[in-house]
Amino acid sequence: MIKTDTLIIGAGPVGLFCVHQLGIIGLKCEVVDNLDKIGGQCIELYPDKPIYDIPAVPECTGEELTNNLIKQIKAFKTNFHLNERVEEIKKVEKKWVIKTNKGTEFEASSIIIAAGVGSFEPRKFSTKEIEKYEGKQILYSIRDKTVFKGKAVTIFGGGDSALDWAIELSNTSKVTLVHRRDEFRGMQASIDKVNQLKEEGKIEVYTKYQLDSVKGSEKIENINIKHDDNNMKEIKTDYVLGFFGLIMKLGPIAEWGLNLDKKTIPVNTESFETNKEGIFAIGDICSYPGKLKLILSGFHEGALAARGCFKYAKPDEKYRFEFTTSSKTVKDRLGVK
Amino acid sequence: MAKVTYIENSGNSHTIEIANGLSVMEGAVQNDIPGIDADCGGGMACATCHVYVKEEWFDKLPKKEDGEEDMLDMAFEPNTFSRLSCQLLVSDELDGLTVSLPSKQG
Repeated sequence: MIKTDTLIIGAGPVGLFCVHQLGIIGLKCEVVDNLDKIGGQCIELYPDKPIYDIPAVPECTGEELTNNLIKQIKAFKTNFHLNERVEEIKKVEKKWVIKTNKGTEFEASSIIIAAGVGSFEPRKFSTKEIEKYEGKQILYSIRDKTVFKGKAVTIFGGGDSALDWAIELSNTSKVTLVHRRDEFRGMQASIDKVNQLKEEGKIEVYTKYQLDSVKGSEKIENINIKHDDNNMKEIKTDYVLGFFGLIMKLGPIAEWGLNLDKKTIPVNTESFETNKEGIFAIGDICSYPGKLKLILSGFHEGALAARGCFKYAKPDEKYRFEFTTSSKTVKDRLGVK
Repeated sequence: MAKVTYIENSGNSHTIEIANGLSVMEGAVQNDIPGIDADCGGGMACATCHVYVKEEWFDKLPKKEDGEEDMLDMAFEPNTFSRLSCQLLVSDELDGLTVSLPSKQG
């Protein structure tokens, strides 16, 4: 059991800045995120896209913003629990006990949910009757590529993951690449490579096709793909890989007894506390009159939520407002002179 | 101002008057039309405001910008008439536009 003052769910920009705000007022925190890296939507959805509305930063990419935030909180030596999703929370006396899907347990006096639109999960095939094959012959990520050796593998998708795996697996497997339109959106070098392998007969490519149906009993034997003009084609395959990017799902947060408005959590605008004492919500996931889904709004929300956490962490102390420019205590916490 | 009709996958139809300058996605969200999630809030980053534009309207709409087609690769069951409704800005010319919604957004 890891004991801390505040558990932050979500390592996006808003969660990261909140680490800073907790840190300068002397509170400790731990951060959990379902992605395998820090940065949330900034890293997953638009690492290279310039952002123009961060105050005093005329232009930066999602990746630069994330790296700067990581640098800004370095002094607090925060633990990040990546690839983990918070599943359960439970009030035990005055503390919250939090459990992740990997079994990590935390005890904290408050929780700050900075989870954006929820956790990122792979987009799946929409075809019926695929569920029983998912995780066996139908996969959305690859852990061990050796299982495909000598097998027929059909890859769906048009982005870098689909192209990279098609190229990689073509060395050891019979690869078919299927995409719903003529153009691929990956790196030009990968697209060229796929075209070259196609001409050499090492990859079969079908464009303007989508998965229509799966045939088999215990195991998949064949799949049918359907062209835009409704023509069908049958492919014999051992594995089906889908690379359609990630989708955001609210997930277990919906089960914690929090008030929900569509996919957002209503909060008060004094401390961004939810209907549950000691649980705060900031960033895209919170809602209140006038809410803007901007990173800069999330920074403000995090600053106030951090102060809101203070009374739960230190019930016998009075929170005192201090500036980073003048407070010796704050400078010590930041490790600056 | 334009009247836009949204047809849910169940067949339920909603016709809404939407002010010029809003997107077809915003028109749906502000009027609580089920079936458009718009998780990213209009940033062309999620493909959860995906709609099927009625055939006769498809060519009348402004063409897709870079990025929309890429995002549609990630939509649920896209077809030839798929668009992201956050990219369709309402103007008088769109009066009468009809869009159908997919059975789900992700």
